[in-house]
Amino acid sequence: MSPQGQAMAFKFDGAAGSAHTTTVGRDVRETVGEVRVNDPRIRCTDINVHYGEKHAIKNISLDVGKGEVLAMIGPSGCGKSTFLRCLNRMNDTVRECRVTGEILLDGEDINGRHIDVVPLRARVAMVFQKPNPFPKSIYENVAFGPRIHGLCDSKADLDVIVESSLRKANLWEEVKDRLDDVGTGLSGGQQQRLCIARAIAIEPEVILMDEPCSALDPISTAKVEQLIEELRQQFSIVIVTHSMQQAARVSQRTAYFHMGDLIEVSETDRLFIKPRHQLTEDYITGRFG
Amino acid sequence: MTNPSNALPEGASSFARIQAGMAKRRAAERRFKMLGRLAVSVGLLFLSVLLISIVSKGYTAFWQTQMRIDVVLAAEDIDPEGTRNAETLRKADYSSLIKQSMRDMFPEVSGRRDKFALYGLVSNGAAFDLRDKVMADPSLIGTKVSLWVPADDDVDMLMKGHIDRDAAEGDRRIKDNTLGWIDQLKAEDRLELRFNIDFFTKGDSRDPELAGIRGALMGTIFTLIVTLSLSFPLGVAAAVYLEEFAPKNRWTDLIEVNINNLAAVPSIVFGLLGLAVFINVFGLPRSAPLLGGLVLTLMTLPTIIIASRAALKSVPPSIRDAALGIGASPMQATLFHVIPLALPGMLTGTIIGMAQALGETAPLLMIGMVAFIADVPQGVFDPSTALPVQIYLWADSPERAYVERTSAAIMVLLGFLALMNLVAVLLRKRFERRW
Ligand SMILES: Nc1ncnc2c1ncn2[C@@H]1O[C@H](COP(=O)(O)OP(=O)(O)OP(=O)(O)O)[C@@H](O)[C@H]1O
Ligand SMILES: [Mg+2]
Repeated sequence: MSPQGQAMAFKFDGAAGSAHTTTVGRDVRETVGEVRVNDPRIRCTDINVHYGEKHAIKNISLDVGKGEVLAMIGPSGCGKSTFLRCLNRMNDTVRECRVTGEILLDGEDINGRHIDVVPLRARVAMVFQKPNPFPKSIYENVAFGPRIHGLCDSKADLDVIVESSLRKANLWEEVKDRLDDVGTGLSGGQQQRLCIARAIAIEPEVILMDEPCSALDPISTAKVEQLIEELRQQFSIVIVTHSMQQAARVSQRTAYFHMGDLIEVSETDRLFIKPRHQLTEDYITGRFG
Repeated sequence: MTNPSNALPEGASSFARIQAGMAKRRAAERRFKMLGRLAVSVGLLFLSVLLISIVSKGYTAFWQTQMRIDVVLAAEDIDPEGTRNAETLRKADYSSLIKQSMRDMFPEVSGRRDKFALYGLVSNGAAFDLRDKVMADPSLIGTKVSLWVPADDDVDMLMKGHIDRDAAEGDRRIKDNTLGWIDQLKAEDRLELRFNIDFFTKGDSRDPELAGIRGALMGTIFTLIVTLSLSFPLGVAAAVYLEEFAPKNRWTDLIEVNINNLAAVPSIVFGLLGLAVFINVFGLPRSAPLLGGLVLTLMTLPTIIIASRAALKSVPPSIRDAALGIGASPMQATLFHVIPLALPGMLTGTIIGMAQALGETAPLLMIGMVAFIADVPQGVFDPSTALPVQIYLWADSPERAYVERTSAAIMVLLGFLALMNLVAVLLRKRFERRW
C-alpha cells in the first residue's frame, strides 16, 4: 500500500483535492481510455450528482462488464463512493442528493420512474467500508436477505443458503460452531466477511464494495481478495479501494477519479504500467498532493 | 490539540513539559471528581431526608388500634321472624347492638352526652364488620360473640402517642372521663395495635380509621393502563413515522416545533382540554379512569415522541444502510433492525412519561377525579380518584389521623413508582444490544 493512499484514507473529504484546483481547470474533463465494454452489465451515461450546490460527479460515463472486477481509485473526496452509491440508488437516502443521467442495468434504466429500488438493490447489493453486521446472530445476519426476498421455502433451504454463503465468504470454518453468537462480536475482518456473505446470500448480479478492506489486516485482506476473485465467476464486482496494489491484484479494469471527474479507465495492467493521463500518472507514482 | 511547537521553550523536551503540566492536570481532575461527588452526596442527603421524614411520619398508619367487644346477638333484635333471610340480616340494626355492648362494659355511664362519648370510642365501621360477620355465618345469631373492631381515630391517636394526655382538658380532643374508659379498656386487654389491613383493602372514608388507599390505587392503575396502552403505540408510531418516513419539509418542521412546545405546556391546560373536549363534546363519564387516561395520554405523548425520536436518531445509520443495501424495504429495515435497537431508549422515554403521569394531580382535578369516592373502582368507567389526588385530599383534611395516612399514601405512591421503574429496567435489559 502506498504511503499516500494510506494517508488519504484518513483525511476529510475534499481536503486533498483542493491543492490541484489551481494547476488544473475546473471544466469538465474528457475521460481517457476504454469507457465502454462489449457486453456490459451496467452502462452509465452522463452521470451528474449534486449534493445541494456541490457538483460531486461531473458527467461520467462508464461500463461495468459481466464477470468483471472494476476497481475505482482516486484521492479522498473525489466521488468514488458517490458514484458507487448511484449504481443501486443508495443516494436516494441522502436528502439533498440529486442524480441525473442514465444507468442501464441489463439494458433497463434504473433511474426510471417505474423502477422499484427494493428489487433493484437485491440485484445490485452493497458492502460498506465499515463492517456493519446487524446486532443479531451470525445466522440471522446471513438469513435476513433470503428471508425478506422469499428465496427459501423452508428452514432447511435457509440453512443451505446460509452455509454456502458463509463458505463462499471464507468464514464458515471460523463460525460454524457459533452461528448463534452475535455478529458484532466477531473481529473486524470476520465482520466484513460476514457482510459479504450477507450480500451474496441474495445472489445479486452485481456487488458494490466500498473500500471493503480498509479496516482489515493483511491476512483478512488476502482472504477478501481471494474471495473477490472467486465471486467474479458469478457476479460483477465494483470495488472502491485506496490501495493500488489491491486494485492491481483483483481487478480487470481500473477507473481513476479526480475531483468528480473520471480521468482514465483502462485495463488494470495497462493503467498501472503505462498511464495515459498526467493526473493518473501523478497519482499512481505518488506525486499527487 | 493546540500547536505545541510555538509553546515549547528552546531546549525543553516535550516530555519534560508534559511532566511539568501533569501536577496541574491531576489537580484539576481531582477537583472535578470532588465536585461530582459533592453533587451526588447533596442529592442523596436531600433524598434521604425526604424519605426518612415520610417514612417516620407514615409507618404508623400501617397499624391501627382495634377494640375487642363482646356483642350479644339476640335473635329478636336481628331476625325476629327467624327466616334467616339475607335481606333481613342486612337491614338489622347492628349499631344498636354495639352500643348495647358498650353500655354493658360501662354500666355506670349515664346521661346523653356521656353515652354519646362512650359510643364514639368505637368506629362507625364496627357495625359493618359485625353485619358482615353475621351474614357470613348466621348460626352465630343467638350467641354472644367477641370480635375485634376498629377503634375511633381519636383513640388510635392516643394509643400512638399523638395526643398529649397531660395537656389541659379543654385543649384535648379526649376528655378526662373518656381517658378513664380507655385506660380501663387497655387494662382489660381490649385495646391493641394491629396490622391495618383495611388501609390496603378499602376505599376512602370520612372516618380516618376506615380510610384505605385501595380505591385511589386502583384508580391510578386503571388510569395508567389507559395511558400506557394509548400513548406508547401512538407515540412510537408517530416518532417512527416522523423520523424514518416523513419527508423533511415545512410541514414536518412545523409539527416538530409544536410537539416540542406541547411537551412544555402546563399540565392543567390538558385538564381543561379534557374537560372541554372529552366531557363536553364526547360526553365521556366524569371522574372515570378512562377520561383521566385520555388526558394523561395527551400530556405524555410529546415526551414519548421526543424520547423515541432521539432513540431512533441514535441508531447508527450504517444499520439502515446495511439493510437497504441488500434490498430491504424501508419498512423492513425499520421494523427488523432500527426499532429493536431504539427500543431501550423508547422504553426509557415511556417510563419517564408514565412516571410524570403517575404523579400528576392538576389535570385530574379539572376532570372531576378529585371527588370523594368511597367505592373501589372496578373498571375504567367507574368514578374514581388517583393516588396523588388522594394524597392531596388527605393532606387537606383536618383530622390528625389523616396526617399519617397522607405519608403512608406517599409511601404507596413511591413504592408503585419504584415497581414501575423496576419493570422498565428489566424490559430494557432484555432489549439492550451492543453494536
Ligand atoms: N452526504 C453528503 N452531503 C454533501 N456532500 C457530500 C455528501 N457525501 C459526499 N459529499 C461530497 O461529495 C464529494 C465526494 O464524496 P465521496 O464520499 O464520494 O468521496 P470518496 O471518493 O468516496 O472519498 P473517500 O475516498 O474519502 O471515501 C466530497 O467532496 C464530499 O464532500
Ligand atoms: Mg468513500
